[in-house]
Amino acid sequence: MARIKFASDFDKSVLLNNFENRGWIQVGPEDDWNFYWAGVHNIRNVFSVDSGFRLQDDQFINHFPNHVELTRKDLMVKNIKRYRKDLEKEGNLVAEKDETGRFIHLDFIPQTFMLPADYNLFVEEFRKNPNTTWIMKPCGKARGIGIFLVNKLSQLKKWSRDGKGNSFTPPSAKETYVISKYIDNPLLIGGKKFDLRLYVLVTSFRPLKAYMYRLGFCRFCTVKYNASLNELDNMFVHLTNVSIQKQGDDYNAIHGGKWTVQNLRLFLESTRGKEVSDKLFDDINWQTIHSLKAVTGVVSNDRHCFECYGYDIIIDDNLKPWLIEVNASPSLAATTSSDRIMKYRLISDVINIVIPPGEAPDVRWNKVPDKENLGNFDLLYDEELANAEQGQQDVRTKPGMPNPALRAGLRDTKRGSQATWK
Amino acid sequence: MGTLEQKPDNLLANVLCYLRSSSLFNELLCSAQDEAQRTNIRFTDLKKGVQNGLVTAGWDRKLRNAIYHFLQAQPSTASSGVQGSPEQIKEPITYVRKAQLAWEKKILKSLNSMCTELTIPLARRRPEREQKDMMVRWTELGVDGPAFMRGSSGICRGIAPHILPITFLWKANLDLSQIRPVYAPKDFLDVVIGMQNPNCTSTGNIGSSDYPWGLVHVSMKVKTLNELRLQYSEFAITQCQTGIDDLPDVPPELFDTDRTRLGRKVLAAKHAPISREFSKKGCPVSMRAELWCHMLGVELDNVDVLYYEQLKSYVLQHDLLVDNLLYKDVKLTATNDDQYFVFEDFLYQILLPFSRDTYILKHFAYNSATPPKSYIRGKLGVEEFAVTYPPNGVIPFHGFAMYVAPLCFLYNDVVQLYYVFRKMYIQYFFRLHSVSSHPQGIVSLSLIFEQLLQAEEPELFYQLKQVGCQPLKIAFKWMMRAFSGFLASDQVLLLWDRILAFDSLEVLPVLAVAIFSFRKTNLMKVQTFSAAEAVLADLFTLQVMPLLQLALFSK
Repeated sequence: MARIKFASDFDKSVLLNNFENRGWIQVGPEDDWNFYWAGVHNIRNVFSVDSGFRLQDDQFINHFPNHVELTRKDLMVKNIKRYRKDLEKEGNLVAEKDETGRFIHLDFIPQTFMLPADYNLFVEEFRKNPNTTWIMKPCGKARGIGIFLVNKLSQLKKWSRDGKGNSFTPPSAKETYVISKYIDNPLLIGGKKFDLRLYVLVTSFRPLKAYMYRLGFCRFCTVKYNASLNELDNMFVHLTNVSIQKQGDDYNAIHGGKWTVQNLRLFLESTRGKEVSDKLFDDINWQTIHSLKAVTGVVSNDRHCFECYGYDIIIDDNLKPWLIEVNASPSLAATTSSDRIMKYRLISDVINIVIPPGEAPDVRWNKVPDKENLGNFDLLYDEELANAEQGQQDVRTKPGMPNPALRAGLRDTKRGSQATWK
Repeated sequence: MGTLEQKPDNLLANVLCYLRSSSLFNELLCSAQDEAQRTNIRFTDLKKGVQNGLVTAGWDRKLRNAIYHFLQAQPSTASSGVQGSPEQIKEPITYVRKAQLAWEKKILKSLNSMCTELTIPLARRRPEREQKDMMVRWTELGVDGPAFMRGSSGICRGIAPHILPITFLWKANLDLSQIRPVYAPKDFLDVVIGMQNPNCTSTGNIGSSDYPWGLVHVSMKVKTLNELRLQYSEFAITQCQTGIDDLPDVPPELFDTDRTRLGRKVLAAKHAPISREFSKKGCPVSMRAELWCHMLGVELDNVDVLYYEQLKSYVLQHDLLVDNLLYKDVKLTATNDDQYFVFEDFLYQILLPFSRDTYILKHFAYNSATPPKSYIRGKLGVEEFAVTYPPNGVIPFHGFAMYVAPLCFLYNDVVQLYYVFRKMYIQYFFRLHSVSSHPQGIVSLSLIFEQLLQAEEPELFYQLKQVGCQPLKIAFKWMMRAFSGFLASDQVLLLWDRILAFDSLEVLPVLAVAIFSFRKTNLMKVQTFSAAEAVLADLFTLQVMPLLQLALFSK
């Protein structure tokens, strides 16, 4: 078997060490690579018609061409809204609503508007609940850049005056913002606010094949959470991004404010009980599946592609998880030594699922990895398997099960089947 | 419960006396009164009716628990029938007592010299404004510390600078880097090693009881491997354990389903001995918090909440030197720990009130240690002006905060956390840092460790000794901290389950031996102490239960 050739846009050690430890040979992105870990900015070039590039059967690349459908804040919201509407139209029970008109199963992103496009809708909503805090985020930026909190309309007006000189040019992606209801009742641990960073690997959108990484972590704010309004400007209180927290005086370089999901689970199960913590993690898995299903129709499902997303989730004090955003290129810089080990294993496990160990890279394989190659990933969803099961399910219909998707999931709990993480 | 056979009358009198003086007695009278007033009770069988009513109201269980915990708290010397001065009850062997005394003197000397060096008093009253400021920051003391520290940052956070006259910054403006822990496990190990039995003349034969291979040179009767096997027979490999057989990859019908069902019954029974029996195979995560409370007899009422508030106000009123020690300790341990850093602020809310809690003084009746005394300025040596310092009599050492840290995973309520920790301390943890001949004391535990390791892994022990690396030098700190901070948090909790369930610390040396056994292959290759330390530096991947089983039942 010929040695695998890799290209990388990053000189991060967690990547390069992985490739080199496998005996792979580094080549340039222009060369004949088998495996390319590309930056999001280069992905367009690879797939653009002008480049005249045609990927071969032995070439894998780490992004889908239009991943932005999921990873740009405004597009994700748009897609999820449409997904919900479609399900509702077809009368799917997943789109069930409660008496106040909220989706029971699909209400997992904070209420969000696009700015400036949805400005009027936003103002209407704002007037309904004038005492809520909103968070403004630029669509095209990451790592907490350009984010600020708003609790008065005047703050928005000032922003729009300062930002735009000319209202005639249509806003580009860089100038569009999303404004979302701020989760002002986050779950606090030790009095501190945190969010979850989970890694989700997708090897195919049609049929959907997704994996959830077990070694996610919580990112803690260094400063005590304080919902009071005069702390609105203190971003250390509100934002958990490591790149922001790192600038704080109290940043600790040994643990970097990171706490493993296992610790979170131990804490929640000990203090709140097993049922509620199990439900929380089930909810997180389901909302991840729904967010992916929401884009299956729009993402161009190139079989050369796979993608490892960074899911950012905030848990509120009712233990309800909220999907905040999805990152296409989660940071691979290691802040601490355990972080380095975790990220090294993440990349290693990703590679083992994309290219089965001991086999030559070939995009035509069925993408059903052996159990022992999953590493720390768990199968989150396999549409083919789920559909097969649902077929069987329809033959022996069980009354009282709310909807096909959940039914497949619930059945799995009992049978320990392979279609989802259960 | 050997007491029962020896002095039944005395014991009964003690129990009754204890019950009468407890708040339980009053409550019992009140509920008896309530029962008597029920209309459905006929006067002729009043007694029977009231008794039945009390049983249905759960008084049966409450009294049983109260008596159980009272008997538990009895010093073992009382049960073995040793009569003597309070001093002898604390520690019957003279040379051990002397060693502890000398150790206490040394600690005090070092504490005093720190005071002199840094010119800070042991205690001072906080000015009004500082008290207020501290009250505001009570739940976030981690940011700036217990006193008004590190000038600038302390002021600009939260409080406007102009209302703070500079004079208030006074000595409290002291640099935390000047504060150092009074002692560390290493210093205490030297004390344990240095003890000699003066009644024993050395024969000079290496390996004999008076000149052992190990570091501990006092001869005490400790449990052998066989005795430990009997004691921990529930650990047998044939028995299912929580923490192994309830993991997600094991089908729940094998163990977990029944275990959970049984656990619910046990919780409903609220009876300490039943909870103990159940917990011998480990506590399911979601039941642990409650089971521990049952085993420890911690049941909060309003008085307890008030009492905690009172302790908190003592903290606000006075600034003690030990606060800085505790603060420094948290900063050195938990703050940098990737499992416990989120609980930093909780730790201050436990440790600072703990240092003010004079209830802790009671445990010195059965602890070989004696609370240190200090004198009000100018009255040195005058008994009337002596005060215990710190008020709870416990001088923290490097790593003390780690006794509290794992508990933060279990209790989200600070007050409950406080009482569970306090009970754990006066029942178990104090034994890990005082010199005593008690079978649960650190000296005995060290001896168990050395003897067990010699018996189970003689070639390993010999090899390590030959390269100048006495195993106890590494294992001592593990045992002194009950493994907190050395193992993954879920594993520490599984280990402490067993301490509570078996009411014994003897599981600590067994685990230490197991770890040496488990890493034997690598340890056999080391040539230096630091290499051995490196092999044993990272224990975070270890699983406690399989290791204990390995050490006890594999041979």
